[in-house]
Amino acid sequence: MRIAPQFLRSILLFGLIVFSFQATFAQEIEEESGKFDPKELINGHVWDAHEFHIADWNGHPITLGLPVILWTDNGLTTFSSTRFQHDNSGEVVVEENGNKFVRYKEHIFYADKFDKEKFEETSTLARPFMYEDRPLDFSITKAVFSMFLTVVILLLIFGFSARHYKKNKRAPRGLAGFIEPLILFVRNDIAIPNIGENKYQKYMPLLLTIFFFIWVNNLIGLIPFFPFSGNVTGNIIFTMIMALFVFIVTIFSGNKYYWGHILNPPVPAPLKVLMIPIEIVGMFTKPFALMVRLFANITAGHIIILSLVGLIFIFESAMVSPVSILFVLFMSVLELLVAALQAYVFTLLAALFIGQAVEEAH
Amino acid sequence: MTGTLAAIGAGLAVIGAGFGIGKIGGAAMDAMARQPEAAGKIQTAMIIAAALVEGVALFAVVVALIA
Repeated sequence: MRIAPQFLRSILLFGLIVFSFQATFAQEIEEESGKFDPKELINGHVWDAHEFHIADWNGHPITLGLPVILWTDNGLTTFSSTRFQHDNSGEVVVEENGNKFVRYKEHIFYADKFDKEKFEETSTLARPFMYEDRPLDFSITKAVFSMFLTVVILLLIFGFSARHYKKNKRAPRGLAGFIEPLILFVRNDIAIPNIGENKYQKYMPLLLTIFFFIWVNNLIGLIPFFPFSGNVTGNIIFTMIMALFVFIVTIFSGNKYYWGHILNPPVPAPLKVLMIPIEIVGMFTKPFALMVRLFANITAGHIIILSLVGLIFIFESAMVSPVSILFVLFMSVLELLVAALQAYVFTLLAALFIGQAVEEAH
Repeated sequence: MTGTLAAIGAGLAVIGAGFGIGKIGGAAMDAMARQPEAAGKIQTAMIIAAALVEGVALFAVVVALIA
């Protein structure tokens, strides 16, 4: 099925126009302090948040307050995040269901147990876990909202494509015709060479899901306007869970040759003492590398684009805008490539690890 | 001071990445010049290797960000 050149051209034009609007959506200059802080712009876009900041109107932020869902000692408590009134410094107290809550830097604490110095002293890695002072936070945050959006998009795309195969036997046209080469690509170039002809079918749903979920999430992070701008794959917990799934699948599909190679590698005895710890550590570093690779690539891309747009505000001159927007356009096109590439590499390495686990003896 | 050191560390990591990916690209160009029919496969392999090398460099950037 050939895609018409006019269609491709109009998609390209649309994409370029969308990406060149990145600069107009960077309106979060803080008028109070007067000085533009690029770190604040970047942190606002890259970190997760309980509300969806859409725009600023006359210095007044317009946000979509997403639901806050907490598991407290009094049970499940839900309220809208607008009750925090855009406060991230622990001052506004929300009382609900017998508990008082404050929010500091997007972490929700019990109001009576919140201690600013203690929070600042805990390392960044330990901060999400201070569970004596915090309720369990199951809120729909920006990232969760974007993930649901991705799920809806994928269900729509694949649902419509599947309908075509139910109705007729000929080669697909339209949406199904667009999707079919991608699925065949995952099957012929990722699954079969790495897992093998006889065993790949069990793992195809996993590989297809990983590929398209990561790809669409990457793309959603690049589109600068609501409802699309949530940063999902740049969230290290998200990539950690994806890598964890791949890890669990490899552990549970390992056959005796796989475990034999790890715990009893076919090397002379003196080398075996060295190889066994290396193999065991290697079992854990491979998913760890998957996690960090995806997270760092996507976050780095977002930070670059945000910094280039922030250049306009740092120099406070409209003369910088043509240069900056040109750079942003170029980086955005590169980020499109990186979005697809990182999805491909993640899926390829997942297939590789699964293939190693189910490999027969030679 | 830690901020500056972190930035310097990230810069060093990027030097390594640039070197590695440059070498991969160079080898790919040589191979494609020798055998133009295999250009498609070589290109795919080059992209994969470049993504892996970039992953390693981004480890260092992540550590620099944490610091």
